[in-house]
Amino acid sequence: MTVTKDESAREGADDKGDMTGGAGVPGDDYTPSERRLARERYTRARARRATAIAALSTLVTAAVLYLVVVDAPGWPRTKETFFSAHYAREAFPKVLEGLWLNVRLLLVCGAAVLVLGMLIAVARTLRGPVFFPLRVLAAAYTDFFRGLPLIINLMIVVLGVPALRLQGVTVDPVLLGGTALTLTYSAYVAEVFRAGIESVHPSQRAAARSLGLTNRQALRYVVLPQAVRRQVPPLLNDLVSLQKDTGLVSIGGAVDAVRAADIIVGRSLNYTPYIVAGLVFVALTIPMTRFTDWVTARMDRRRAQGGSL
Amino acid sequence: MSTPESTPVSNAPVLRMESVRKTFGGSVVLRDVDLEVAPHTVTALIGASGSGKSTLLRCANLLEEIDDGAIWLDGEEITDPRVDQDAVRRRIGVVFQAYNLFPHMTVLDNITLAPRRVHGVSRAEAEERARALLERLGLGGRADAYPDRLSGGQQQRVAIVRALAVRPRLLLLDEITAALDPELVGEVLDVVRGLKDEGMTMVLATHEMGFARDVADQVCFLDGGVVLERGSAEQVFGDPRQERTRRFLRRIVEAGRL
Repeated sequence: MTVTKDESAREGADDKGDMTGGAGVPGDDYTPSERRLARERYTRARARRATAIAALSTLVTAAVLYLVVVDAPGWPRTKETFFSAHYAREAFPKVLEGLWLNVRLLLVCGAAVLVLGMLIAVARTLRGPVFFPLRVLAAAYTDFFRGLPLIINLMIVVLGVPALRLQGVTVDPVLLGGTALTLTYSAYVAEVFRAGIESVHPSQRAAARSLGLTNRQALRYVVLPQAVRRQVPPLLNDLVSLQKDTGLVSIGGAVDAVRAADIIVGRSLNYTPYIVAGLVFVALTIPMTRFTDWVTARMDRRRAQGGSL
Repeated sequence: MSTPESTPVSNAPVLRMESVRKTFGGSVVLRDVDLEVAPHTVTALIGASGSGKSTLLRCANLLEEIDDGAIWLDGEEITDPRVDQDAVRRRIGVVFQAYNLFPHMTVLDNITLAPRRVHGVSRAEAEERARALLERLGLGGRADAYPDRLSGGQQQRVAIVRALAVRPRLLLLDEITAALDPELVGEVLDVVRGLKDEGMTMVLATHEMGFARDVADQVCFLDGGVVLERGSAEQVFGDPRQERTRRFLRRIVEAGRL
């Protein structure tokens, strides 16, 4: 057996392995054993079998679904009313045009919601008697706007506010609709942030405070970064939801994707444009959902330190 | 789930490893590791941090998939991909360095979780056994406490009880005192001594050389993922054959740990 000269401050496994268990051969002379190869053959075979079963089962399911749908009574009428190629072609460009409004609303409201939600969440966690009214206000705000149906909120803000004829207050349904969305969603997001803040173990705050950081600094540098990271999946979830609900501003007459479809439906009494608008929203949501999954999976991978469980 | 509750009267090894190899990315963590653990014996794995002790334990419990070689538990090859891994883990108890108790459960619930949910023991029976074990380990009063309320030594003893509650065939202890205050180390090690006296088969990775010397029937010195030296505690600590073992032990002595 070889014993190489080495220095004491060595980190074990990474010193280039010249200790091949008695063989004394420098470097890695590893060749997979027959046992390993057999094991890998078996695992591969099992994976192939699983793929084949999945493919077969998918095929059968698809065939059954197809037959059930096509054979259903009323399918031809359904097809004409909901899936008319003619109306789909007419509606699609208009819906896309309207969708641009939804996307802009999403971006602006999304940013506003994150900022406002964070402020409310922080307000709720402030300590000290001075902040009592602030805490109460923040709590009341979240309670109220989480409970208030979004559609009522929108009708009050979008339809009701212009009726006041206030000087200097906009009557633009887009701006008002955006405001209503922000009000409701910031309440949701505030709760997400607050849950995140409270999920950070108290020992983290204790460690930060004992380093001399103020309460605010501890929040800013230690607690919030951990809280936000942890809450990314639920936050994205709320953003996906917000994305769909931007369609509700159409109740004030703003021509978004939903309204654009509505106009054609009103004229033709064919409901295909709704389907088109719906699918466009779904298509917009899917990348966001996949992104959420990806972020979550990546965070899980980081947290689990190795292991095959 | 009736795993053959083979209680071999013979001295067939409880755990056997042959040419086990494990890599993480490019680095080889275990290389050609052979190990035999006879029933009712204690095997101590010693070596510097990063020498592969913990990985070896994690491989034995199938928490890590090995790259090559094979592992047998009571004569059954558990590294065979056809094996039900959960059934294997049911027969092996593990105690972790950081306790890994479930913070949202009381001590009692931590202990009775596996007996009730995995082994189908009734609540009453599981709790009775849990309380008996707690009593024996000096934790009688803490059954309804939450882990965060306990000292490190108490938490680690609860973790040991949790591992024992399923009557494992083999107990793996991964540096179970490394996170403890010195004055709490003793209470945990005493528990392990007690288990040895009762005939529990154990493999432990440890930095407590005095303890290893005292309790182990077999000592393996790992270095760079290789079992460089093995033998009785007397031989490895008293008369190490390898220069590296000698150097390692000298550093330990200098640090006042032996």
